Order: sequence, then structure tokens, then C-alpha cells
Amino acid sequence: MKETVGTTGLVFNEPLLWEKSKKGRMGYALPKADVPHAPLDAALVSEGPDFPELSEVDVVRHYTRLSQWNYGVDSGMYPLGSCTMKYNPKTNERQAALSGFAGAHPLLPEALCQGILELLFHLERYLAEITGMDAVSLQPAAGAQGELAGMLVIHAYHRNQGRQRLKILVPDTAHGTNPASAALCGYRSVPVPSGARGILTPDMVAPLMDEDTAGIMITNPNTLGLFEKNVKAIAALVHDRGGLVYCDGANMNALLGMVDMAATGVDVLHLNLHKTFSTPHGGGGPGSGPICVKKHLAPFLPVPRILKKGKTYRLSEAFPESIGKLHAFFGNTGVMIKAYSYILSMGPNGLKRASQLAVLNANYVRKRLKDCFHLPHDGLCMHECVFSDKHQLPHHVTTLDMAKRLMDYGFHPPTIYFPLVVSGALMIEPTETESKETLDRFIEALRAIAREARETPQTLKNAPGRCKVRRLDEVGAARRPCLTG
Amino acid sequence: MKPIEELTFPEDLLYAKDHEWARFEDENVVIGISDYAQDQLGDVVYVELPAVGTVLEKGEVFGTVESVKAVSELYMPVGGEVAAVNEALADAPEKVNQSPYEDGWMIAVKPGDASEKEGLMTRSAYLDMLKGLN
Repeated sequence: MKETVGTTGLVFNEPLLWEKSKKGRMGYALPKADVPHAPLDAALVSEGPDFPELSEVDVVRHYTRLSQWNYGVDSGMYPLGSCTMKYNPKTNERQAALSGFAGAHPLLPEALCQGILELLFHLERYLAEITGMDAVSLQPAAGAQGELAGMLVIHAYHRNQGRQRLKILVPDTAHGTNPASAALCGYRSVPVPSGARGILTPDMVAPLMDEDTAGIMITNPNTLGLFEKNVKAIAALVHDRGGLVYCDGANMNALLGMVDMAATGVDVLHLNLHKTFSTPHGGGGPGSGPICVKKHLAPFLPVPRILKKGKTYRLSEAFPESIGKLHAFFGNTGVMIKAYSYILSMGPNGLKRASQLAVLNANYVRKRLKDCFHLPHDGLCMHECVFSDKHQLPHHVTTLDMAKRLMDYGFHPPTIYFPLVVSGALMIEPTETESKETLDRFIEALRAIAREARETPQTLKNAPGRCKVRRLDEVGAARRPCLTG
Repeated sequence: MKPIEELTFPEDLLYAKDHEWARFEDENVVIGISDYAQDQLGDVVYVELPAVGTVLEKGEVFGTVESVKAVSELYMPVGGEVAAVNEALADAPEKVNQSPYEDGWMIAVKPGDASEKEGLMTRSAYLDMLKGLN
């Protein structure tokens, strides 16, 4: 490879703000008091919090320097599997910052915030149309809360049927948070092994699906990046025995405009606006995990819900079977505005094209790397592909070493050691964002790493060599975490 | 991760398919995870164990072990009442990596049904299973 994205350069050290602090230094001058001094109630007087004392330029330099150490999707490719780290178009930020939206207080009377209610109402309808489902709640604040909301809805449905169930089926290729969401509702999760081809089969589900089982949590496409082709047959089987089908829609970026989720038999599905719908995440901003349900589950959705009467929009809590409120006010509204901006910018054809390119990019990476890295489940993948370190282990090189080395080449590492069903997994999700030129550079970097694993394995053991810091003591950090400034 | 030949599996233990080991002593059964399991997990950073007195059936989850790679559940190789837990692991989880069969033991159980022992594997049967895995 002639030139890599990663190089070395001058990066500044920067201490903690508390270490830079000098007593009495400040970033502003208070105007002279123009009112008489009045003593404070003694009960209100104490030492005050330990804030660092700094000038404005101290603070600006601090964060600018820290940003040199950072890596984000604005700096380069971020192929973190199952996270859909697609580019966040700047127009989204512009729309969310419009003063009518940004300045709206959640306690405004409905008559004074019709615009934002209209936007949220339309966003619900768009998400319903995209998934094929009937009703939507935008309230859950992130993916895991969306999962919990979905589980609470299933729980409320069974209670309403007059008989609560005890268990829920969770395949070994589902997202890692699924069992925890089920457990919070009091369900015991029963693992379902995936079949030899990495997907679920009806005969694996049938013996486990009994009358004490509330349903199944399917991630589709699953964490191996494979489409669950048998989802319809499995859903029919679950429904026959009185259960419901929850779909973890975190991987929806593979399916926009391609799959009608409702037609696959799903009863409730969550979406990650901060993945599929291009809003920032991973420290870049809060998430949003709306849930979409079929008609029969709509009465259980969280309140308040937005209703339209004539030309006016209002919030209503008059849903007696609702699971209640999940978030203050109406969820993370700023994120919803950004997702709405994305949907309108893309339009139906653009969204479909995004999914097609996301799948094409993942398959391109898979094809061009499969002679270097072991591919546990070969064949067409969806939006991500999962390799392992099997071919590198004889050289004592692990997935972790390769991930660290990739940073030297200027790329964010992929997801590693997940899914758990693949030993030493390297899970790559390029998304539709990347051009063929960037993908080629990424592929060349990984091919060079595979060569180094054979010829100079010590280079990988010592990686990263070009980053601000070398290999961090992750074990020490986990065993003895330091959680204060 | 090491090749199986470089790992240790004492003869006097019985092994479960989920990689727990069991040592049958006079009254109690001491339980931990095998050298293979600790090697696969990598550096252990946290071990969660049940309270003494908890009664668990064979195959039930008795705790979790967390490494920098993943969190895994621990399953009872035999059922019974928890008689003791290795408190030292709270401050020194690395004992599971350094000494999986001695200092890294996890719990001691007063077994319920003696016949459950029959379902466990000897060293050679466990080794056969591991070779099948790789």
C-alpha cells in the first residue's frame, strides 16, 4: 500500500481541568453589585462544589486538544458491527437547531407547539410506513429502552389475555441486551441455538415454544449479519401457541424499503433512530428507540400519544391499557427532528438505495477479505459480515491485536468478540456511507495486517504504534476503575 | 488463546459441558471453571457469586464471570445448597486465571442428589469434547 490514512503527527498532551485550575481564575467578569449586600440564611451556606477555575481560552484549548485524540465518523470510516455508524448529515443539526424547535419548552400549551406535534405525528406515520406496522411510540430514549418497551407491551398483552407467561425465547444470535430487557419484565430468557447456517430454524424453536412462553425476541438481520429467512414460519408457530414476536430492529439499515416487517409476522419492533436514521450516537448524542406495533398491541403503547383532530394535534393520556410513561415529556425530541430531517432528505427511494448500498458494501468487504480471514458463515450477508481470527491464531495473533493494529492504519476497529457464537469475532459493518475508494483502503489495510500476522506478528502485538497512547491496560481499568476527576 | 495441549485438566475432577469443574470432597462439592474456560474468557475482571444458603438445581445459573471480552453465566454442575463462596475473588478475580482449580475456586455446594454426578465427564471425556469443539 502506498499511503495509509493513519500517520504520525504532533498531538498535544492535556491534563485534567482540575489540574489546570488556578484559584481565582475565571472566564468572565461579574458586573459590580448594584444592590445592597444581604446575608444568606446560614443553612444555605457551605463550601460549594469543587469546580475547576479556568479562563475561557484554557477551556477552549482543553476541549480542542482532547478532540485531537478523538476519532469519529467525521474523521474516517467507523465499521463498528451492529452499530450502524453511518454519517450524520449536517442538515439534520440545522433543522433541529431551528429556534421554533430548539426553543420550545416541553411545558408549552399544545396550542403554542402545534408545529413540533405535527412533526412528531408525521414521524410516527413515516416509521409505520417504513416498517409496515400500524402504530408507533417515539417515547423510548434508546435501543435498550425500546426493547424494554416492547417487552412491557408483550407483558401487558398477556396480562390482558388473562394469563401471564413466564419465559421468553432469545436466540444466540440476538442482540446482547435482549435477555436483560426480558428479565426486567420478569421473564426468564430461554436461549435458542441457531442452526448450522447461522439462522434460526422452526424445528429449533418448536420444542421450546410452550404455553408458558410469552414469545420470541428475534434480531433480524441477526448478529451474524444474516437474514432470518424462516422468520415467517417461526412467527406462525409462535402465534399458534399464543405467543408474540418481538423484533429487534437495530439492524434495520439492511432492510429499508426492501422488507415489510409486519408481513414477516412481527408484532412489535423497535428502531434505533441513532443508527438507521443517521442521528449521532456513541457519545455524540442521546439515542431514540421508537417502538412500532401491530393494531392489536396499540392500546398498550406508552402515553402520552399524539392525536390529530381536524387540523390540530394534541397529547392524550386516555389509554387505560397503556404501559404508562417511559420518559419525561415525550422522549428525546431533538433526535426525532434529526431523524425526520433525514427521512425527508432521502425520500422513499433514497432510503431504499441506502439499504441496498449498505448490503452491497458489506458483501464487497466480505468477498475481498475472505481469502485472508476465516468466514464462519460464508454466503451472502446483509449489512455486516463476521470474520474470525482462526487463520491468525497459529501465529499467536488474536482479533484484539488486529483491531489495535487497524488504528495505526487510520481506521476505527470493527466490533470484536461479538457475537459470542463466533470465537474471536471481527464484525464489520461498513454502512452505505463509504465510497468504493475508502472501502478499498480499508480492505488493503486489513490485508496488510493479515500479511503482518504471518511475517511480523510482533508488530501486531505491539500495536497501536502511531496513536496518542499505546495499548491501554483494559484489565487494570476494569478491575480497578477510577471514576472520579 | 492456548492450544489444548498446553492447558491443565486434573484427573481428580469431573467436568460439565459448560466448562465448570466439580471436586467431590467428603461432604461438599467444590466448583469452579476449567483452564480452558478461563483461557477462552481472557482476563477475568469480575465474578458474581450467590449468597451462602441459596439452593440451586443442576443446570441453574449460580453466577456470572466477566472478562474484558464478555460476560458469561455459570451453571451448576450438580444441584444443592451453597455452603461457601470464595470471597477472595471479589478483590482478586485474577485468581480465576492464575489458579482455576485451587485459589480460583468459586463455590462449595452441599449436593442434593448424588446421582447427578453421573452426568459429568471425566478428564478424558472432557478432553474429547474440547477437541471436537476446535
